[in-house]
Amino acid sequence: MDIDQANQLAVERILQSQPVLIGVARAGEVIPGMHKNLILHAGPPIDWPRMSGPLRGAVIGGLIFEGLARDEREAVALIERGEVTFAPCHHHQAVGPMAGVTTASMPVYIVENKTFGNCAFSGLNEGYGKVLRYGAYSEDVLARLRWLRDVCAPILGKALELAGGVDMKTLIAQQLQMGDEGHNRNKAGSSLFARLLAPHIVRTGAKTEDVAAVLTYLAENDLAVLNPVMAACKATMDAAHGIEGSTVVTCMARNGTDFGIRVSGLGDTWFTAPAEIPVGLFFPGFRQEDANPDIGDSTITETAGIGAFAMAAAPAIVKFVGGTPQMALESTLEMYEITVAENPHFTIPQLDFRGTPTGIDIRKVVKTGITPRVNTGIAHRQPGIGQIGAGLVRPPMVCFEEALRAFAARIAMG
Amino acid sequence: MVVRSLVKPSTYFDSVTLMLVQREVRELPGVHEAGVVMGTEVNKQLLRDAGLLLPEAEAAKPDDLILVVRAESEEAAARALAHAEELLLERHRAPLLPTEAYRPKTLSSALRMLEGANLALISVPGRFAGGVARDALQAGLHVMLFSDNVPMEEEIELKRLAASQGLLLMGPDCGTAILGGAALGFANRVRRGSIGIVGAAGTGIQEVASLIHHAGAGISHAIGTGGRDLSTAVGGVTAMQALTALAADPSTRVIVFLSKPPAPEVAGRILHLARTIPKPVVVDFIGARIPAEEGLYGAETLEDAARIAVELATGSSPRWPEWIALPAQEATRLAPSQKYVRGLYSGGTLCYEALVLLEQYVGPVFSNTPLDPLMRLESPHHSRDHTVIDMGSDEFTVGRLHPMLDPELRIQRLLREAEDPQVAVILLDVVLGYGAHPDPARDLAPAIREARARAQARGRWLPVVVPVVGTDEDPQGYQSQVQMLVEAGALVQRSNAQAVRLAGLIAEAAGSRGSPRLLAEMPVTPMEEPPPDVRRILPLLASSPRVVNVGLEGFTQSLVSQGVPVIHMDWRPPAGGKKELIDLLDKLNA
Repeated sequence: MDIDQANQLAVERILQSQPVLIGVARAGEVIPGMHKNLILHAGPPIDWPRMSGPLRGAVIGGLIFEGLARDEREAVALIERGEVTFAPCHHHQAVGPMAGVTTASMPVYIVENKTFGNCAFSGLNEGYGKVLRYGAYSEDVLARLRWLRDVCAPILGKALELAGGVDMKTLIAQQLQMGDEGHNRNKAGSSLFARLLAPHIVRTGAKTEDVAAVLTYLAENDLAVLNPVMAACKATMDAAHGIEGSTVVTCMARNGTDFGIRVSGLGDTWFTAPAEIPVGLFFPGFRQEDANPDIGDSTITETAGIGAFAMAAAPAIVKFVGGTPQMALESTLEMYEITVAENPHFTIPQLDFRGTPTGIDIRKVVKTGITPRVNTGIAHRQPGIGQIGAGLVRPPMVCFEEALRAFAARIAMG
Repeated sequence: MVVRSLVKPSTYFDSVTLMLVQREVRELPGVHEAGVVMGTEVNKQLLRDAGLLLPEAEAAKPDDLILVVRAESEEAAARALAHAEELLLERHRAPLLPTEAYRPKTLSSALRMLEGANLALISVPGRFAGGVARDALQAGLHVMLFSDNVPMEEEIELKRLAASQGLLLMGPDCGTAILGGAALGFANRVRRGSIGIVGAAGTGIQEVASLIHHAGAGISHAIGTGGRDLSTAVGGVTAMQALTALAADPSTRVIVFLSKPPAPEVAGRILHLARTIPKPVVVDFIGARIPAEEGLYGAETLEDAARIAVELATGSSPRWPEWIALPAQEATRLAPSQKYVRGLYSGGTLCYEALVLLEQYVGPVFSNTPLDPLMRLESPHHSRDHTVIDMGSDEFTVGRLHPMLDPELRIQRLLREAEDPQVAVILLDVVLGYGAHPDPARDLAPAIREARARAQARGRWLPVVVPVVGTDEDPQGYQSQVQMLVEAGALVQRSNAQAVRLAGLIAEAAGSRGSPRLLAEMPVTPMEEPPPDVRRILPLLASSPRVVNVGLEGFTQSLVSQGVPVIHMDWRPPAGGKKELIDLLDKLNA
């Protein structure tokens, strides 16, 4: 099998995948290898001293949430005594937006890839404002997390059970037709999600106030569906990983310090380089200097061919790429230059229903000099302040060049 | 006086764009010299020689862009650098057409955007051109490879690949082609008709096609082969395909074959093939004869080739514009010191033809591209005795635009020759058409007037003989160009052969003696060799080509103005030009 054939196989796996959201459970119960002292985080591996502000804040919050520490001082002491283990979400079939911190008692969505049988996990989205994923851990943040765990998750889990799951592939296909790109904009997708679940949420028999609160949570949070979408992308891309001879990228992720990629035919190796600082639009009162380097696992959407790759579908947010709907089209058109296939399930009305660019080939990235585009939220450098804007970033070219060198070396070894 | 520079890492622009920007920056107030170049060794050497290479630019890599100015003040330098950056940014931003949606960056995207594309026009730097051509051939496209500096081995390999796919690879260094009515590269706009041209000679094709047009006849197709196609190593692969295709092409009734004298064994095979074609074939091996065979018509000059072709196609002799100039009358006005011809050519083939023809009137001629190695000029920048130089060759074009685009060096040389009391007559070609300067007479006519005036001030009469290659349909307008030149006192001639003859006769009348050269006769070599399979080439000729242009933007613009379907590919050096990665990519089949 030559490289092109291996890549063809990889994209066939992507296109054939059927990710279905089947339920909600505690991370410790479903995520393989999860335990009380393990903290999962976004991006490639990183140790405490190199973590950026938002990730540190989220880690401290996670330890407090788990009852392992009562405050920041105790949390840091615990870490410095070496009693906390860190691992990328990606090493545990999981993905998390921004800091991506996931601990054992947190609830996670379970997405099953019905075609290939693998599962992927992602936490419940906390909404806007001061939230753990941006490094905030004040009492109101922790209270929100407890509500998600103790009230929201059981109701959503039961509703999903009653609904017989939600077909995420269909949901993504629909949201792309409704002006979402599935990463920075999930307004339509979240509405669809709420619409699908609402009758089942009511049927759970939960207290009226709780039902109302969960429905309000879905109604007020345009990002509610982001985490299931990410898990769907993760379940899809994992199915394409591990194909010998394939140069297709199966993971792109950032931890706030490094950007890392993994390649189907290169096993579990990460190829990393210092993360860039996203450029974009800022909420009032914030400036470019406040921005943290790129962070989060949400780049799994671009890896799977949506997000910035489907920018043409989301003219409403083109301001983040600096302008006009024409530039949104060009963003997507440019991504066809570095991908292997087009996804016939995810079509873009603005491009005459052309399928989204799918399956990044490291060879094409290096040859053309075009790195993947990524839409992203922008975190403040300081923990606890939260999202300060949204914009555009690209992975460092070095990641792809290093991967290419490693791939050539692997081929040479036979 | 200050020298200031700026290095922009991994920023690629084609050399034409850079030189245009460089010229504009040089003309800014307070700026004495400017360099806008990629950081290749050759370019850095040029900057070093000009005292413009600062330490930061010394470290620049081939894919880095260097901007440098020498200016009167810090402010002027800063302003000039900023202006250069702005100009380049504009080039990057501006779409070619208001309607153009997206500039594809890879061939596969380009092919997706231009349905039915069948020809790639490639003009990227030579070291990358082979790779682009290979991709195009593998995608099933015919190729016109305008780029030069493609290694011989690569040419052979590419032509082998093309032939195995039944595809046509014109070039490398193919400057001119006309396919299905579309003028590609440097080509004139000519009437469509029944005469097909195969040429290893760029300006040779332009001259013959233009003369055919002037005669009221027309061109079916003109297929360029590249200058090395008829060497032993390459073996005439493209020429054989082109001849066979024109033989089968229903719109072609007469074929003209043009080249400098080929390797004899290749000439033998070409002539054998030509002889078997049931259409008349006119052959001009500029400076070599062909045997008299049925169906083969030997021509002595490019004009002669055009004349025979027109007669064969129309049954009547061409009536061409004629500007009568009497050599003897010109010669009697010369001062006693004036003896020599100086030819300053922009067209390579025209220069070659001039060397061949002029010898008959004045004897051996010095050149930077001499017929006989003994006649090589010590320096191409200094003429001696009778001299004819090709100013389009490397020693004049490194770091500069071709003289067909930028007349500056030729004008300087013209004025210098005019100061030389031994010069009796100056020959200067003007080539019109797509790809050439938009208004060459605007720059050349005042220079000719000035040159003649300077000579006259010293009591000398200086005839300047100018062959103009072009047609009334060319963007520059033939009539107006000729008129401006005539008004400046030039002796305009309709063809290069006429111009050389006039110059030669003037010199002869002033005392020179010709040395008729015995022209070598090329053999016809009967061979058991099946003609190449041209079934995939014929559809390319059947209608206007659909072109992917990779490289110079001007070619896209000229195709757009002709109404030819074209998509411009926004090419950049692969892997930012990094050799190690390019090698890896090759290994990994990318």
